[in-house]
Amino acid sequence: MRFSLSRTMSDLKVYGRSSLRSREGFFFTLVFPVILILLFGAIFSGGGVSQSTVYVQNNDIGPVGAAFVSALNSTSNYCSNSSSAGLCLRLAPTDVNFSQYLSSKSASDGIVIPANFSLAFESGQDVNVTVFGNPSSTTSAVVSGIVAEVVNGFNVRGATGVHHVGIASRTAVSSNYKYIDFLVPGLIGFAALTSPMFAMVNMSSTYRRDKVFKLLSLTPLTKTEWLLSKIIWYVCTTVVSFVLMTAVGVYVFGAHIALNWGIGMFLLLGPFFFVSLGMLVGTVSNTPEAASVVGNLVTFPMMFLSGTFFPVSSMPKYLQAVAHVLPLYYMIDGLNEVMIYGNFEAAYTDMALLLAISVVVFALAVKFFRWRED
Amino acid sequence: MPAIEVSGLKKKYGDIQAVDGTSFSVEEGEVFSLLGPNGAGKTTTIEILEGLRNKDSGTAKVLGLDPWASGYELHKRIGVIPQGFKFLDYPTPKEAISYYGALFGKKVDPDELLRRVILDDASNVWFQNLSGGQKQKLGMALSLVNDPHVIFLDEPTTGLDPQARRAVWEVVRKLKDEGRTVMLTTHYLEEAEELADRVAIMKHGKIVAMGTTEEIESRFGSGQRMVVKGGDDLLKYLRENTRLRVEGGAGEVTIFLRDKADAMAALGAIEESGAAWEDLTVRRDSLEDVFLKLVGESGGVGEGGE
Ligand SMILES: Nc1ncnc2c1ncn2[C@@H]1O[C@H](COP(=O)(O)OP(=O)(O)OP(=O)(O)O)[C@@H](O)[C@H]1O
Ligand SMILES: [Mg+2]
Repeated sequence: MRFSLSRTMSDLKVYGRSSLRSREGFFFTLVFPVILILLFGAIFSGGGVSQSTVYVQNNDIGPVGAAFVSALNSTSNYCSNSSSAGLCLRLAPTDVNFSQYLSSKSASDGIVIPANFSLAFESGQDVNVTVFGNPSSTTSAVVSGIVAEVVNGFNVRGATGVHHVGIASRTAVSSNYKYIDFLVPGLIGFAALTSPMFAMVNMSSTYRRDKVFKLLSLTPLTKTEWLLSKIIWYVCTTVVSFVLMTAVGVYVFGAHIALNWGIGMFLLLGPFFFVSLGMLVGTVSNTPEAASVVGNLVTFPMMFLSGTFFPVSSMPKYLQAVAHVLPLYYMIDGLNEVMIYGNFEAAYTDMALLLAISVVVFALAVKFFRWRED
Repeated sequence: MPAIEVSGLKKKYGDIQAVDGTSFSVEEGEVFSLLGPNGAGKTTTIEILEGLRNKDSGTAKVLGLDPWASGYELHKRIGVIPQGFKFLDYPTPKEAISYYGALFGKKVDPDELLRRVILDDASNVWFQNLSGGQKQKLGMALSLVNDPHVIFLDEPTTGLDPQARRAVWEVVRKLKDEGRTVMLTTHYLEEAEELADRVAIMKHGKIVAMGTTEEIESRFGSGQRMVVKGGDDLLKYLRENTRLRVEGGAGEVTIFLRDKADAMAALGAIEESGAAWEDLTVRRDSLEDVFLKLVGESGGVGEGGE
């Protein structure tokens, strides 16, 4: 193996400096992450005006319906506190047609608790809470997510037969999750995906067109060293995005984030994977046009379906199934586990999966990527 | 051992036989120039020798190594300017040279190298903002970073101003003085005459003439020619009244001379024609004349045609 760290570092120095000199490189490394988090943070967790209101119609007169409402309530902010981000829960009268009521309030998000809720719940029968939402709205996804959490909590309690105990602890945990908490890891994943993918796909085709690869092949720099220097660079940019986004998330939107070494693992693995994948995509495509098409085909589903902008658990089941084959999902899922829940055990699986697939893709990229032509 | 040895080299792209059984060898310390029209196969030949392209058949050896199989070893000992040299957009020439120095593990003085190719005035300009000629000069500088034994220059002076071209010539002469081997392609025939010990003229992937420029001129040239400024009336008179081979146009008449008698006959006929004429010169076929004849449409050389 002819590997030289000093050659890798020389290449890194030249590439890093070039990236910062190029407007796009500078923008995507430093400016874009901040814009992203400010934009999405403001849209979805925003102040009074953009605060989304959720109406609840409780048709149940028993204790479980009321407990459910209070559990829901504890996940949302009080509506009067208009400066804080999040959902505002309002009770709807029980004697109206709920969907008409929603339209009369220009609202799309609502929850209906059926009349037999307490009865059915206490006798162990299946009972459904109906969630109204606009499928194209992200707040609806968040609402479904929250309802799912609460329902889940109730079901656990229902199964064990302990009805009232646990509500307090349940609400204590769930009240900590705000949309912004999911947004920060999601957008870090987004940044770890987009800048290396687009840069590598583009580079692999323009370097080939301009014969820069041929030029480099005339020096002792090896393909592995060259690729490694790109990985190191994008690890650096991802760490910078992480710092910027976390700072904005915490100081501007009040996100709750646990800092720990697990985050570092994902900040390493993410760019490792996406640099290799971008290179592989650029390498197997014959023309720059094909590379960009294939690159977009690979990138766009991941950009939106991996839990970047809202939690995967709030997506419909079939989309969740799609998410589970997208590598970015495992990065964001792992980041969620360590940054929000502090659940390292769950993150190990994500780490292992990501590491395995990164090694494979890296090896394929090195194998198929040619400096020179036949 | 010759520095470069090629025999029966072939390379095909799809239906195009780009290199069609060329053979030549270049001695150590020699400056060898490959000439030929666009698409003749010069770049393909050079890229095979640099180990950037695989050959279809034949043998190619540079410094005793197979360029494709032993490219990594060979590249430490050769310098290359690819045709239409392009580099990364953002490094400056100075940074580019330091980068190459680091990759090759050589101590280089960027300023000294940039002075040598007359690029010291733009040593801190981003590559993308360099002029075409300045880019080319950086290519020249980079090809020298690793102190190479053999240097391949593919059209190193295309797009350079006359002063810069002469600077490149100076660099090449110095390389020769230092005992290095240089293989050069160019479309400027005076450049080949100026620099090369030997030249080869390529057409359709085949070498149609090879040797020193004098050898080629005397072997393929048609001897002396008389050129005189004069109009169509002179041309017409010479055609009708002598048995000399005459060509003309654009206010110039060329008379091809086989011997001294032809020269006397030509002079006499010009005088007798009564037409206006001036600026009479007699010269041998230049390399350019031979080149045009060899690669021209008519072919002229049996093996050159298709
Ligand atoms: N990568 C390629 N794929 C297909 N055909 C090619 C390729 N490279 C060169 N050719 C063809 O091979 C022939 C020889 O090309 P080459 O570049 O070797 O010519 P050249 O003598 O260097 O010409 P020029 O003086 O214009 O640089 C040309 O007909 C060209 O179109
Ligand atoms: Mg060429």
